[in-house]
Amino acid sequence: MSAQTVETIRTSTLLRLATAGSVDDGKSTLVGRLLFDSKSVLADQIEAVERVSRDRGLETADLALLTDGLRSEREQGITIDVAYRYFATAHRAFILADCPGHVQYTRNTVTGASTADALVLLIDARKGLLEQTRRHLAVASLLRVPHIVVAVNKIDLVDYSQERYEELAAEIRATAASLGVADVHPLPVSALVGDNVVDRLGNTPWYEGPTLLELLESLPTADEPDVESFRFPVQLAIRPQGAAISEEYRDYRGYAGQVASGVVRVGDPVVVLPSGRRTTVEGIDTADGTLDEAFAPQSVTLRLADEVDVSRGDLIAAADDAPEVTQDVEGMVAWLGDGTLRPGATVLLKHTTRTVRAKVKDVVGRLDLDAAELVSADELALNDIGRVTLRLASPIAAEEYVVARRTGAFLLIDAHDGMTLAAGMVGDALAAVRHGDLTASYAI
Amino acid sequence: MTIDLTDKDDPVTQVTSTLPTDGAAAGTHRLSQLDALESEAIHIFREVAAEFERPVLLFSGGKDSVVMLHLATKAFWPAPVPFPVMHVDTGHNFPEVLAYRDATADRLRLRLEVQRVQDYIDDGRLRERADGTRNPLQTQPLLDGIAEHRFDAVFGGGRRDEEKARAKERVFSLRDEFGSWDPRNQRPELWNLYNGRHRPGEHVRVFPLSNWTELDVWQYIAREGIDLPGLYYASEREVFERDGMLLAVGPFSQPREGETVETRLVRYRTVGDMSCTGAVESDARDVEAVIAEVAATRITERGATRADDRISEAAMEDRKKEGYF
Repeated sequence: MSAQTVETIRTSTLLRLATAGSVDDGKSTLVGRLLFDSKSVLADQIEAVERVSRDRGLETADLALLTDGLRSEREQGITIDVAYRYFATAHRAFILADCPGHVQYTRNTVTGASTADALVLLIDARKGLLEQTRRHLAVASLLRVPHIVVAVNKIDLVDYSQERYEELAAEIRATAASLGVADVHPLPVSALVGDNVVDRLGNTPWYEGPTLLELLESLPTADEPDVESFRFPVQLAIRPQGAAISEEYRDYRGYAGQVASGVVRVGDPVVVLPSGRRTTVEGIDTADGTLDEAFAPQSVTLRLADEVDVSRGDLIAAADDAPEVTQDVEGMVAWLGDGTLRPGATVLLKHTTRTVRAKVKDVVGRLDLDAAELVSADELALNDIGRVTLRLASPIAAEEYVVARRTGAFLLIDAHDGMTLAAGMVGDALAAVRHGDLTASYAI
Repeated sequence: MTIDLTDKDDPVTQVTSTLPTDGAAAGTHRLSQLDALESEAIHIFREVAAEFERPVLLFSGGKDSVVMLHLATKAFWPAPVPFPVMHVDTGHNFPEVLAYRDATADRLRLRLEVQRVQDYIDDGRLRERADGTRNPLQTQPLLDGIAEHRFDAVFGGGRRDEEKARAKERVFSLRDEFGSWDPRNQRPELWNLYNGRHRPGEHVRVFPLSNWTELDVWQYIAREGIDLPGLYYASEREVFERDGMLLAVGPFSQPREGETVETRLVRYRTVGDMSCTGAVESDARDVEAVIAEVAATRITERGATRADDRISEAAMEDRKKEGYF
């Protein structure tokens, strides 16, 4: 099936990818090519694609059919919803969120980018950078995707021109820099014929860089526990009492969660937020035994030295390096709802494991993605990104998204029907985009 | 472009007898692929337990549901799994798998709810299909079970690598009061902030194994030493060939005229309804051998063994829209 062997899967790491691009730039074909050339597509899937391609009168198999999974997608020949793909090489396993390129489905790109270690952005070598390319770069910058790979596709249709590629690569680098993207990797590919995706076919002898797959195998993942502050949102308290799996745990009391960032060791002083109570970590437990330390993104259960009041929604943080708690939040939101966001609206805000009521105090402005500037606005509509101020019914331990991706992110939710209305990022996430001053030092 | 289906240079799968090492080795602070997947699944179980009133886990005794339940025991340790399990029994399930199901629920002291397709056929609420397969008939008993017990979160073992419609599924997937999935109107799923809010009558299907592949599942079974029904391992069985699949001779799958019964060395990659779940020729008698086989295989597990998924290009999508898993 894949190039992974029994030996390598036990040591390989996981890289989360998202793809983005405009309509017809060949994104589904590129993903199909990546899967096919890395031998991640199995014989019955290929047979199905060949059969359908033949039925449609195509002479060659349409690799886009490998990823367009819904009936309406195949009928319209477009991708509607984020599809997740899995492939692996000898060194690494990949989760790929294949995001649609239509401008009305920008929310899917925001979705894919939110969990991505790397974004693969496609452009058509004939068309160059489109308005949408710039928007996708701005969104990726705003969401702090650590690495951006720009595949200059259909290089075969410009006669494998080095001049054309160099021109586009320079434009990509300049645009990315102006939007605060720290890490951008352009490369020339032809998804249709399969050049520089997995294999080199020799059509671009002037390109000496890695193929797309080689590049993806070498990128570091987003988690950098050693340089981050310890953050642990409590999911639930575990107090089995009489139901414990054995009598020795009858009085067990621990706090279950996933380390959001950083490293924690037994004996570390910690603070519980928002109460501000201090204690130390007495033990780090898992079903497989106790640990001396835990790091992001491990799921563990912490025992604390003192009987402090801790429950779901609290944040356990390093005592000497804890975030502020606040009821006033200013942040950027990508509006995903069908209606409009106006001042005065009451919504739910979900931040880590805590959900609180929130009132929209002000819509400060709307982001003009083309100029990467905030423009005056008093409401936000579908696919708008803007800055808002919120007043919360109870405090949260909010951090700037630019320094802490997991503890700086929030959702706005409709309290009535439960729909997810917005993806939010605490603080001035726009500053780095606007000033191009992002460095690689931020943590997820 | 032509597509060559022969294995030109399939990687040689190395099977070693060394036990897996812990990916969280000291000093590295990097989670291995399996540890990252395990942590993500445990996080999902805990979110659901904390935010829903009445979760339930669909448990058939099949390998994905077994792995799911194993992860649930880890998520809440040293407390017991805080929700019951439910099985929709088609009436054509393998007796060995049902025995495994009952023994596992007993061992973990879990309440087991069984919804029986046979009851629905007996009293006329459902009719047997002409092709004899009962998998599509599971939807109604499943939805009735969810409604009757007012379950608001239902854990399923579905994986996105299984099938194209499943590749579009969210981890938290909202179902309306008819149990329907609307693939064009799914909630965006951002970061690891899962939105489980729903209105009365609606429920949420939750897929903790969304990001696992078949190979990940088997690697995890090996690493954790998880016991499975014996059908997953190769042994000599009486089978006959139908539509390119090997079906076991049993009370619900008898050879028709022209179909000859042979004894072959086979195992099952999935253990669903006996009438439509095929075996594959295999000499993989233990978990390491199965891993080597899965790593080298060229056919997806559903393509190889599920007749019901071969009905049309959109068979799974259609069933999911009706409320199937």
